[in-house]
Amino acid sequence: MKSCVIVFPGSNCDRDVAVALKASSGMEPQMVWHSETELPKCDLIVLPGGFSHGDYLRSGAMAARAPIMRALSARAKAGTPVLGLCNGFQILTEAGLLPGALMRNAGLKFICRDIFLKVENIHNVFNRNYADGQVVRIPISHHDGNYFADAATLDRLESANRVAFRYCTASGDVSAAANPNGSLNNIAGILNETGNVLGMMPHPERLISPELSGTDGRAMFDALASLLQTA
Amino acid sequence: MKITPEIVAAHGLKPDEYAHILRVLNREPNITELGIFSAMWNEHCSYKSSRVWLRTMPTTGPQVVCGPGENAGVVDIGDGQVAIFKMESHNHPSFIEPYQGAATGVGGIMRDVFTMGARPVANLNALRFGATDYARTRHLVSGVVAGIGGYGNCIGVPTVGGEVNFDPGYNSNILVNAMCIGVADADKVFYSTASGVGNPVVYVGSKTGRDGIHGASMASAEFDENSEEKRPTVQVGDPFTEKLLLEACLELMAGDAVIAIQDMGAAGLTCSAVEMASKGGLGLLLDLDNVPCRESGMTAYEMMLSESQERMLMVLHPDRTEAARAIFDRWELDFAIVGETTDTGRFVIRHRGETVADLPVDVLADQAPVYQRPWTPTQPASYLAAKDVPDTDDVGATLARLMGGPHLASRRWIWEQYDHMVMGDTVQRPGGDAAVVRVHGSRKGIAATTDVTPRYCAASPFEGGKQAIAEAFRNLSAVGAKPLATTDCLNFGNPERPEIMGQFVGCIEGISEACRALGMPIVSGNVSLYNETSGVAIPPTPAIGAIGLLNNIDQMATIAFKQDGDVILLIGETAGHLGQSLYAREIAGRTDGAPPAVDLAAERRNGDFIREQIISGNVTAAHDVSDGGLLVALSEMALAGDRGCTVTLPDAASPRHAYLFGEDQARYVLSIAPGRRDALIAAARAKQVPFTELGTVGGIDIILDGKPVQTLAALRRAHENWFPEFMEG
Repeated sequence: MKSCVIVFPGSNCDRDVAVALKASSGMEPQMVWHSETELPKCDLIVLPGGFSHGDYLRSGAMAARAPIMRALSARAKAGTPVLGLCNGFQILTEAGLLPGALMRNAGLKFICRDIFLKVENIHNVFNRNYADGQVVRIPISHHDGNYFADAATLDRLESANRVAFRYCTASGDVSAAANPNGSLNNIAGILNETGNVLGMMPHPERLISPELSGTDGRAMFDALASLLQTA
Repeated sequence: MKITPEIVAAHGLKPDEYAHILRVLNREPNITELGIFSAMWNEHCSYKSSRVWLRTMPTTGPQVVCGPGENAGVVDIGDGQVAIFKMESHNHPSFIEPYQGAATGVGGIMRDVFTMGARPVANLNALRFGATDYARTRHLVSGVVAGIGGYGNCIGVPTVGGEVNFDPGYNSNILVNAMCIGVADADKVFYSTASGVGNPVVYVGSKTGRDGIHGASMASAEFDENSEEKRPTVQVGDPFTEKLLLEACLELMAGDAVIAIQDMGAAGLTCSAVEMASKGGLGLLLDLDNVPCRESGMTAYEMMLSESQERMLMVLHPDRTEAARAIFDRWELDFAIVGETTDTGRFVIRHRGETVADLPVDVLADQAPVYQRPWTPTQPASYLAAKDVPDTDDVGATLARLMGGPHLASRRWIWEQYDHMVMGDTVQRPGGDAAVVRVHGSRKGIAATTDVTPRYCAASPFEGGKQAIAEAFRNLSAVGAKPLATTDCLNFGNPERPEIMGQFVGCIEGISEACRALGMPIVSGNVSLYNETSGVAIPPTPAIGAIGLLNNIDQMATIAFKQDGDVILLIGETAGHLGQSLYAREIAGRTDGAPPAVDLAAERRNGDFIREQIISGNVTAAHDVSDGGLLVALSEMALAGDRGCTVTLPDAASPRHAYLFGEDQARYVLSIAPGRRDALIAAARAKQVPFTELGTVGGIDIILDGKPVQTLAALRRAHENWFPEFMEG
């Protein structure tokens, strides 16, 4: 059983997420080039971070129209877990697999730093190793992470408990001061209606071992690994 | 076109240089040929003012695989791997157009590294800006930082360290020095020496446009009030294309297609072609009709001098050419056979069926004029006694002013705009003495730092040159790394002025002496001269980039205090040298005086000692003492660990302000678990390493001789707030 990582021209966290998947599962993911039209049989698809197509036009806009995305969309609709990290989240919104958009950070600058996240939904394949309401430290590294959706969409997300992560303080306070990029409702990650597609701006793959100064990202990959092993 | 003296002068060639060209050619060059000469013989490419001095620098050692002369230096890091690194300036373009100037500086230095077969693993940058109250400074800081981030973040190489200074001497001539480190397998290093006759010369990467024409010549001229008009000579970077070029080149280099490769940097197609031919003792034929162009109607002159970015020139094995083309097709990059190697020794360029240049390769590459420029030694500054520098009546306020001022305030505002974690190997992030990246898939680490103290160099080029290397040595040692080698980026004013040349010579001699004593040979570098505007030169700024090796990252030290009750030790001798210290300048307003002398034997002894102690696990935190002196070093360790300290000055320590703020060299602060104290002190005695026990870690204040002088909270506010508040204006 296996996972796939989609590689676009300009992806640059593809290796990092492959390392994280291997560290948790012991298995190398298959790297799939964006111009492919078929996906191999797999139990998890990851859209990695980076600057697909240089972020030209809009972050994720061109990648969302890559040949592989048709196959990915079909798999997502059939229930295969899809994880979009950073640029991967941007691609998922541009592809219409998740609602809303990631706009330029409110402060207009690129931000790379550890932030705190409150885990808001643990009833999915990604977060089940976290505790409900757990506060985790995970880095962000983006220029366009300011989550926006119209009021109706936001209502739908909130009432269906589809917000997976929110920016918060170290003590779990979901406040404006803890919001690094201006995201509505401090949203850092969301799920699709069926809970098998997760998009998030933070990079859990960057904190998976003590020498990288944190392990809070590891639980997500461990959870996915057990999925890979049991599937 | 008739070549007039005006045209010659506009190409930056001196009358005697042009006379030399007429002599070797035995005819007048045409305009394309003149352009090629100007590109090859300008200061930036030919090192004509600096070459005689660069030759005197130490460049060898058992760890050196390849020293200066290639795209970057190559150093052995064991296990069949090498580190490949270099630092380079992009000063003039960054002043004119800060975002693109800085961005293309980063792009250029990364190409230098992956041209040699290495995957870039870390970027650093050494930046100098004008005074904080100079109108243009904020705009330049903002643009340069955004440009560095914009390029490095997109290509996905972490920017892990660097340094920033503000000084009125850089008001109209900022310095942007970018460093890149890559890692390659030792048997997969690629060089620029062409070989074989009739082998295809291949152009890959971006198309050629009219941007950057004469960029290298601009970098070899002084500025004046009309510099703004040079904006069109600044190149525009495309990090996305560079990312594709990086992946395509490394994929190609995994096979055996490449004979020689050279990135098109300064003077683009001209420099790369001549370099490869000259190193191989060959000739080279280029047919410009095959060069991928961004716009139609470009002349041979424009194509040969364009500095369009993200381009490479290669000599390939003829039977591997089609396989190579397939790789570049997949990465959607141009791939064009634009010429071949010949045995004529001539650089021949054809365009639209005509020969537009026919020049001897050796003359272009090797017969650039070399100048023994006259120089006058810098007048030595006299010693400034501590008693002549007023004491402070409020140590706490003075400390907060230094820690919350432009020189020592946290650089977080800058490095949070750089992705410093991508690639998943950053084991020591910005903010410490040196950044450390893990060698992917191993337990080894490469430590990296950039250093120079321009105010020391201005007061004494020789001591300042020594100090730059010594500080790099200390920063690497303080994380537990063994210093390996050095790259230098020598930024100075107009070398035709003897006093500037005197600064250059003094710094080179100091750097060389320290490199020899500390075992850190120079393996690569770059010289940036003519950093002057309207006749005012920058402070002498020989920026040093250095790398070191940790065999096991688990043994790495950081500056953060770790545990309450740990013992604090000062290593090295404190005479209380205040001349050229930040205290003297910022608090007492004294800019005179000699900089601290650097005792290289003490540096070696103390550095080797603390490295051994770090590796043996006796040390919980380590920090070198540099700008601002002892109390600043203690405060930085306290802030990083969020633990205060209680310190008692030794009885002999007077005058107190000199002890607290003096910038004596060869010193470190260590924290040690109480159980390890005796062992470490015994080891220090055995090695005759001077030490002073200062106190213990703990609490929420900096407590000095029984009195709290600052709370960590107040110090942190001052330290963290200065930069964002400055930038917000």
